[in-house]
Amino acid sequence: MLLVLVVLVAGAPFLGTISPQAMDPGSANLAIGTHASFNDLSGESFEHFFLLGTDAMGRDLWSRMLYGGRISLTVGVVVAVLSLLFGTLVGLVSGYFRRFDALVMRCMDGLMAIPAMIFAISLVAIFGARLSTLLVAITIPEIPRVARLVRSVVLGVREEAYVEAAIALATPTLKILWRHILPNAIAPLIIQGTYICAAAILIESSLSFLGLGLSAEQATWGSIMAEGRSQFNQYPGVVLLPGVMLALTVLSVNMLGDGLRDRLDPKFNKRT
Amino acid sequence: MFLFILRRILSIIPVLAIVALIVFMMLHLVPGDPAAIIVGDNGTLEDIARVRAQLGLNESLPLQFWHWLLRLLQGDLGHSIFIPQSVASLIGQRIGPTLSLGLLTLVVTVLLAVPLGTIAAWKRNSWIDRSLMATSAVGFSVPAFVVGYLFIWLFGLHLHWFPVQGYTPMAQGFGAWLQGLVLPSLTLSMVYIALIARVTRAAVSEALTEDYIRTARSKGISEWRVLMRHALANAAVPIVTVVGIGVALLITGVVVTETVFAIPGLGRLTVDSVLSRDFPVIQGVTLFFSFVYVLVNLLVDLSYLLLDPRIRY
Repeated sequence: MLLVLVVLVAGAPFLGTISPQAMDPGSANLAIGTHASFNDLSGESFEHFFLLGTDAMGRDLWSRMLYGGRISLTVGVVVAVLSLLFGTLVGLVSGYFRRFDALVMRCMDGLMAIPAMIFAISLVAIFGARLSTLLVAITIPEIPRVARLVRSVVLGVREEAYVEAAIALATPTLKILWRHILPNAIAPLIIQGTYICAAAILIESSLSFLGLGLSAEQATWGSIMAEGRSQFNQYPGVVLLPGVMLALTVLSVNMLGDGLRDRLDPKFNKRT
Repeated sequence: MFLFILRRILSIIPVLAIVALIVFMMLHLVPGDPAAIIVGDNGTLEDIARVRAQLGLNESLPLQFWHWLLRLLQGDLGHSIFIPQSVASLIGQRIGPTLSLGLLTLVVTVLLAVPLGTIAAWKRNSWIDRSLMATSAVGFSVPAFVVGYLFIWLFGLHLHWFPVQGYTPMAQGFGAWLQGLVLPSLTLSMVYIALIARVTRAAVSEALTEDYIRTARSKGISEWRVLMRHALANAAVPIVTVVGIGVALLITGVVVTETVFAIPGLGRLTVDSVLSRDFPVIQGVTLFFSFVYVLVNLLVDLSYLLLDPRIRY
């Protein structure tokens, strides 16, 4: 299912979409699956099949949803990769170099004490809602979680005989970390990464739903829903369709995480 | 033990100090002059000077932090830029609806999730267990605003069981207060129920494999008593831990849910202050939410002493 979604979103320009910004007040609130002529504000006019109908400003919902999906998936993947990267770095440092441990972990505790959503909201408020700000704002609260995970792996492994042997052989520290310690953390990291991806998609959509996400011209699932609110009574589809899409996406990413966990984590397998 | 409690209480101080530092630095990480940003594009130089003086921006950074921290410790969160009110009194005004919503959600969640999780663990791999776990996977994935609109659409607009939006203070009658909060707290509790039902299931099924359960069963104790006295009591610590961690979800959810249901609480205050770029209010609310979160988890830690007599520090 996730694969279908990726294909849909990546192939958005070829799947019967028009510009997600193009509007035609004349064809506002068309029903699902209407075939109508479309008069763009710029004067262009063409026939179009509106698979999911249009919103209050006559914009094609299908197009907006596919292009919105691009943002959601980008945010999910980029945030997952970034937080894994930085979290691993912090976790390695604080787990392996004991001198930094207390200080680094206290900072992480402090970061974790601020609820992720509130943190993201404040950062967006200060730096303005650009895609880069959004990515950073969602990434930072996830870093401590990854750091803790990596740190616990490092602490478990560093007393192992093969690490001590490597230290005794005067192996460069970087090589020890890379070759002997990090591989132990790969499986839990991949699993954690998928969950972070799902969480990031949720936070991004919540932010844009609250009107704190990307600027209004950029269609995202959250902002489509927010705009559809005003006429929710008459046309619930504009709110509910992107909502269902969003829920299905997050569900499939979460299920991917569950599947990976069952396959990659031998400890978990034994317990169930 | 008394010493432990004291130490645990003291241990939140560095965490809160770092939170305060982060929140303080937020405003100062802004590229450019914070005062100019607050005033906006239409501000005059006098406006900027006024805001600078108001925020104490003319001092050195460490000194600013020190003064800000001192005021903070006295409960002074500063003043809103747009509303002639202190941040503390703004929070005080808006806390009622949020507290009502949060507490009701907590009650609903615990009353639903713990029994459901226990049943799932008891009847492991039965259809009840499978459908519960599938539902909880969905509950995790559907954001609060989607659930909220589904509920409004179904129960508010179609069935007319509950008011669609708005908040009635308890002073206008307990019934009206409760009726207005049913949909929001159900919405908010979705994710929370999913989380706690999962953890309850895991913890209870872990406890059910223990020897003392077999012993209890062989003594001929009723299955109910085995579940309640032996399994659930031993599963209490992880469950309570997750209830504490889940408060972060609750806080996130409050912001969204209050917007969906038009409830004038702290979540709405947060969004409004961000939209109007009212930085002292943003800082105040962030600090407040973090403080609540840390405090709840402190209480959770302390509750271990009651829940598990083996834990003696």
